[in-house]
Amino acid sequence: MRGQESLDFAKGRRVHVTGFLTSAFTAIRHIAHAHGIECNINFKMQFMLLFSRQGKLRLQKWYVPLSDTQKKKISREVIQMVLARKPKMCSFLEWRDMKIVYKRYASLYFCCAVEDQENELITLEIIHRYVELLDKYFGSVCELDIIFNFEKAYYILDEFILGGEAQETSKKNVLKAIEQADMLQEEAEAPRSVLEEIGLT
Amino acid sequence: MSDVVEKTLTALPGLFESQTGAAKITNRLRQLIKSITELTSKHEEENLIKRELSAIKEQVSSPNTTMKQMREIMVRAMYCEMLGYDASFTYIHAIKLAQQGGVLEKRVGYLAVSLFLNEGHELLLLLVNTVLKDLQSTNLIEVCMALTVVAQVFPKDMIPAVLPLVEDKLSHPKEIIRRKAVLALYKFYLIAPNQVQHIHAKFCKALSDKDPGVMASSLHIYLQLIRESPDSYKDLTGSFVTILKQVLGGKLPVDFNYHSVPAPWLQIQLLRILSLLGKEDQSTSELMYEVLDESLRRAEMNHNITYAILYECVKAVYTIHPKAELLEKAARCIGNFVLSPKINLKYLGLKALTYVVQHDAKLALQHQMTIIECLDHSDFTIKRETLELLFRITNAQNVTVIVEKMLDFLRSCNDEHTIIHLIGKVAELAEKFAPDNSWFIQTMNDVFSIGGDLLQQDVPNNFLRLLAEGSESKEEDDQLRLYAVESYLTVLKGHTSHLPQCFLQVMSWVLGEYAHLQESVDRREVIRLLTQLLDQRSVSSETRVWILSALTKIPEGQTDLILDLAESLSSSQDTVLRQQAQELRHLSQDSQLREWVLPRGAPWDGIEVDSSLSFLDGFVSEALAAGAAPYKPPHQRQEELCEDRALNLEPYSFSLPVSLSSCSITDRQSPTLLSVSSGLSGNSAELSQKAGSSTLILEGVKRVWGKDGYLPQKEATAPPVDEPSAAVQPASQQEAAERIEPRPEPSTQNQDKQQLASSLFVGLGVGSSVSLLGKSEAPPPRFRKKPRPHESSSSSGTSKRSSDSSSHSSRNTTDSFLYGSFPEEEPATSISTFDHTPKSTTANGLSQNKDTKEDRHANTSQILGGDMVIVRPSTIQDKHPPSVSSDLTALLPADLKDLPHSDVISLTSDPSLSLSSCRLFRDEALLLVIFISNCTETVIKDVAVQLTCEELKTASLRGNVMDCLEARSTSVCHYALLMDDPHTNVSLTGTVSYQTQPGHTNTLPFSGTLSTADFIRPLVVTTEEYGKLWLSLSHDVKQNLKLLTDAGDPLRTTLNALKDALQLHVVDIIGSEGIVACRLLSGAPCLLHCRVNGAALAMWLRSPHPALPDFILYHCQRALAHH
Repeated sequence: MRGQESLDFAKGRRVHVTGFLTSAFTAIRHIAHAHGIECNINFKMQFMLLFSRQGKLRLQKWYVPLSDTQKKKISREVIQMVLARKPKMCSFLEWRDMKIVYKRYASLYFCCAVEDQENELITLEIIHRYVELLDKYFGSVCELDIIFNFEKAYYILDEFILGGEAQETSKKNVLKAIEQADMLQEEAEAPRSVLEEIGLT
Repeated sequence: MSDVVEKTLTALPGLFESQTGAAKITNRLRQLIKSITELTSKHEEENLIKRELSAIKEQVSSPNTTMKQMREIMVRAMYCEMLGYDASFTYIHAIKLAQQGGVLEKRVGYLAVSLFLNEGHELLLLLVNTVLKDLQSTNLIEVCMALTVVAQVFPKDMIPAVLPLVEDKLSHPKEIIRRKAVLALYKFYLIAPNQVQHIHAKFCKALSDKDPGVMASSLHIYLQLIRESPDSYKDLTGSFVTILKQVLGGKLPVDFNYHSVPAPWLQIQLLRILSLLGKEDQSTSELMYEVLDESLRRAEMNHNITYAILYECVKAVYTIHPKAELLEKAARCIGNFVLSPKINLKYLGLKALTYVVQHDAKLALQHQMTIIECLDHSDFTIKRETLELLFRITNAQNVTVIVEKMLDFLRSCNDEHTIIHLIGKVAELAEKFAPDNSWFIQTMNDVFSIGGDLLQQDVPNNFLRLLAEGSESKEEDDQLRLYAVESYLTVLKGHTSHLPQCFLQVMSWVLGEYAHLQESVDRREVIRLLTQLLDQRSVSSETRVWILSALTKIPEGQTDLILDLAESLSSSQDTVLRQQAQELRHLSQDSQLREWVLPRGAPWDGIEVDSSLSFLDGFVSEALAAGAAPYKPPHQRQEELCEDRALNLEPYSFSLPVSLSSCSITDRQSPTLLSVSSGLSGNSAELSQKAGSSTLILEGVKRVWGKDGYLPQKEATAPPVDEPSAAVQPASQQEAAERIEPRPEPSTQNQDKQQLASSLFVGLGVGSSVSLLGKSEAPPPRFRKKPRPHESSSSSGTSKRSSDSSSHSSRNTTDSFLYGSFPEEEPATSISTFDHTPKSTTANGLSQNKDTKEDRHANTSQILGGDMVIVRPSTIQDKHPPSVSSDLTALLPADLKDLPHSDVISLTSDPSLSLSSCRLFRDEALLLVIFISNCTETVIKDVAVQLTCEELKTASLRGNVMDCLEARSTSVCHYALLMDDPHTNVSLTGTVSYQTQPGHTNTLPFSGTLSTADFIRPLVVTTEEYGKLWLSLSHDVKQNLKLLTDAGDPLRTTLNALKDALQLHVVDIIGSEGIVACRLLSGAPCLLHCRVNGAALAMWLRSPHPALPDFILYHCQRALAHH
């Protein structure tokens, strides 16, 4: 079922156009959508991409199961479309049967795909909240922070959005969770590096 | 985020120095990133990454690599993957890292897993144990990580393994753990809803959690649950309202504030839930008016987030049961959006407007100038949304302007999705509101040339059907056709090479059919234009076939020209084309034959297609006798093909005769071809369904606005719907003018806009509001299509006939009983037809042939049924109906009393005994209870009941022999009846022998009929199980049934009617489709897939039992006819 779904996702509406589907498959897929992803009921985020002005991907998080080729194709398409937008245009973009919500912060584009009926403004604010979190964590964040610490950016994202839904909207709580894990990291780090220095490893 | 400073790459070295600790580890990563940024070409990057990946490969496979190094390697692998290179060899190491590493390594390992692996990835199974272990860890961080990964990717099948642990975490003292556990359960609910069914009570606990984060997370689950069944959660409305009130009142901790708005995400979530709960429910809606009002009031600050909340609020106000005061406020809010200079807000305003004009079209009127500005906006997205809005307010008066705008937009648009989406809408509007023939044909020409071959197939299909079937008046139809012919001739005289294939096909079909209507044009000219097309290289062979068949239809053409053409094409590579050319040649030489094959002006309804292809039976059996492989239905072939793809582990057999193997090869290949083509041909209905669903967004939206309209004072002035449009126009223009009046000195440009406004918004004023609000009653479509025939003419033929038969049957029900006390009325014929059900005439394998035969058979029997005494399946009926006391059921043994049972009906009686029966539905059998009552004052002795039925397995459970039956008493005997093979109706015969006087035996015969319906039991499956089962079943039957449209949602009503009549289990209903499951007692399942197809219900049944679908279909038809 999942496989079927992801397949159709990649082809997007095109499937509907060529219409090779038999009615039962359609039904089952519709129903599966109702419980799953990319359905017209569930509001959750489909994916989030961070990319530079040059179109280099800096971060990608997929909340729907897709194959690597599909992911590549989608991100290429989306990046191209977003980069072609002019600054005065609105931050929303229709794409396939979804909405792309994007915002540019300095040299970096933050871009989310949501279901068509979703409230685009709130998605925009989710992006903004994420940027605030990054900013607070890195202290005046810039693209390089994200490039070199992309795994940290992922940790923060995972604390903020889980499985495509906002998990914790309190800035304090998200950062607390990250800091706790980081602290552990430093504790674990310290003795090891000492050992290393003595040459015991 | 202006405070985010963009640092440049020159800052790189400084950045490195400032990093300590963790940074050391990732030094290699830094080098990698740095060297990549220095590269100039993609090629160099590829080489670099290739080197990097091979280094990583070496390292991961080396036994000396420590966990710590592995962590660093993993980060690099993630980076390579992000750049789009395949590092799949590291996936297993990511899992290992999560498994074996310390907390630090785990963190990286889990992250890598969640980035690398999809839900369905098989390696995920290896993660299950790690997750289990970490969930039980005492280290909070580990538990958190495990829950995070579970909520993102987890194999569905393994949910039961972790479920108890995750559930436990719901009562964990740490809120972060509780929150993550809730989200993990939400995820489980999404992918496997029935696995978490038992913990709904715990969700409730999460909702009342003292931590706002946990509570907010639980709303995700509730939103989903309420979306699926709002009725089950109405009692929570109060709680949600209270929570929202508290949030609005600022009772949450300050750090949930976002730009000083308290917990906006939470508010939005709650508003969504409330709108679902209040939808079509006045009493529930009343509970939330106050809080919605407050919400609207509070969201005054000028920030995106408040607008986001407002938008949700407006939607909620328009979704729930309407309240005038709130609607007014909400409408004002929309004004704030639409008039905002911020483009994002404007967009959302348009979107909100699109939503609300479905309820109140006049709202668009207030914002007409803005809408017009947006229509010419430079931003594609805004334009697109505006057109969506215009589409919703289109009526017969503004259709030309709106369609023009849409076409303009489409001409400049190059996004496939948008074109397909919008062009379908244009076609819909054109068909619905076309003011005249020329406009309609012209617009459709535009649709075909713009939409081209992207067009959904149903657009040309619908168009041609409309032309072909016509309306009531032949004259009008001919005018339309004539206009089409003229217009196409003009088009074809022009430059044709750029025309899309689909347009060419439409044109050639129309010319073939209707060119004769145009008398002024020489047939030669038409033929010349068509043959010209054949010379073009860009014309596809499919189109060529269309053109050829058009030429075939044009009578008395230039025979020599045609013959030349046929000659040249008969050597074509394309076999279909060649065939067509042959036909053309034959027909053009033999005008009599042509008259016979292609009669002009033949009625469309009269065409009957033998869908069972019975005329091929002889051919098939000959072929089979000659050793051909039996037919297999497409899905079976697909499955076999799939199997074939797997490795064949069995040794090849050497003894296989050559002829057989070659036969099997052709068999392999042709099915795929066949299945594709059959998929294609069976498509049109499918597609039209698609189109219907894409435009029927209205469907989910409550029509708060009934025919009476909402605002009573407006209604009073509303003229009747069908008042001539001319009368309405001035009124609305006037109103438009009034709106514009206060604007100071409009410039000429403005005047243009106003003119546009008046043409766009005409008909939206008071006058036509009534017709607009009830969109379905909106101006009668100009082209009234005849009731849409279903899938094909063949099925329409049968369904028509069968519906005839069923209406016939409903008339007959009163006198149509089949009952034993009047055995002479028992229509033996109708039953015997089923006895003759051919049990596969050929020995083995001839499944298709058998199918079609039975299929046909069932149909004929239904048809026959109309002409003979109708068997009423669901009840054993009697002439003297309810006189039988229902208190007989009291005599049922205690263990049977709780079973669902039928009414008690009298079977037969004589002066001494009276017999009645009752059917009890047990899962695995039908119990027939026979009540034997002694009507005399004396004891009756040696009562023995004998029951026989050829088609059923009968077993006497108890009480069929009694020594004596006391005076005025009743005895009960039971039979268990099992049906292995379905029959429409089975007759039971039996006798009761008894002695009133010793030595003198009386016999009392009785008989009765049972229907398959008595043996159908609901099959309770989940949607997923249904899906699996569906694919595994082989025998299928499709039919169009009547759709009950008398109340509410037709699909739901119909399915409920079927459910009531036949004990089916409705598995799920999504949009216009529903799936239903049942089984024959505890035996063969039968799955039904129902789809609303116009005014009919397209039903598709599948079962492992070849005949079962037919019988169930039969009973469904009956049930609906009786409804």
